[in-house]
Amino acid sequence: MRELSLHILDIIQNSIAAEASLVEVVIEEDLKKNLFSIQVKDNGQGMAADQLKTITDPFVTTRQTREVGLGIPLLQKAAEQCAGELKINSIPGEGTVLTVYFQYDHIDRAPLGRLVETIIGLIAVNPAIDFIYSYLYNGRVFKLDTREIKQELGQLAINQTEILNWLRDYLKEGLKDLRR
Amino acid sequence: MKSLEELKELREKLQKDIAMRDDSEKPKIIIGMGTCGIAAGARNILQAVLEEIDKRNLDIVVTQTGCIGMCEKEPLLDVQLPGKKRVTYGNLEVNDVKRIIVEYVINGKIVEDLAIAHFEE
Repeated sequence: MRELSLHILDIIQNSIAAEASLVEVVIEEDLKKNLFSIQVKDNGQGMAADQLKTITDPFVTTRQTREVGLGIPLLQKAAEQCAGELKINSIPGEGTVLTVYFQYDHIDRAPLGRLVETIIGLIAVNPAIDFIYSYLYNGRVFKLDTREIKQELGQLAINQTEILNWLRDYLKEGLKDLRR
Repeated sequence: MKSLEELKELREKLQKDIAMRDDSEKPKIIIGMGTCGIAAGARNILQAVLEEIDKRNLDIVVTQTGCIGMCEKEPLLDVQLPGKKRVTYGNLEVNDVKRIIVEYVINGKIVEDLAIAHFEE
């Protein structure tokens, strides 16, 4: 994938497939430690230890339509090429936590890319799932919690065009403000 | 800076002009969001769909699906019009989205050169 934000979109598909109702994403840029990390945590069905062991093997997949699963192996490779690593923990019935680390200034590290479109896209097509996005930049934090947004909206659907447009601007401003 | 307070105003404004309708009678667009779809550009397709809906003020349900086994034809988009067969459009470019929305979703005419399959529900 050309952008880390596409990997994020892809990894969250696993949470959706695991029937998560809450997905938390934490992205951290730590320039002092020269570290870029992404964590995706969900409350989906989780995996047992034996399934977890084979999770980075592309020839192991739960899908029915073809026999290879590439999402996690692709991300793992991307991290390993950048002196980083991918860690995944899971408890059946509780959920899964995936964390991936990259050397921040590694020449092969893909850019984060259009994170806002990843987030808006996910909210648009999964209005029933709650997302919490936290973006940490050198110790400063920007956070979006769709549960708070839904509370403000009452009966109104979060994936209405006007709301999505508002959220898009809100995210763009918030993420830009972090770097000021 | 934007604040959540603005959402309240937006809510009041929107509630006035939104007639609640049953989702089952709306056109539905389903985007393929497997790893294959995402790698081939599904996010741009989804963004284009959302932009067209915004621009033309359409009432459409947009949803997603995983890999359907036609990875080589990604990015894929299915359209389910009420009471019609589900049509799959594939090998899409961002510019194709506008055609699918105008020609098929709005005017009901299948975009033959982009359609790759149709199913009975």
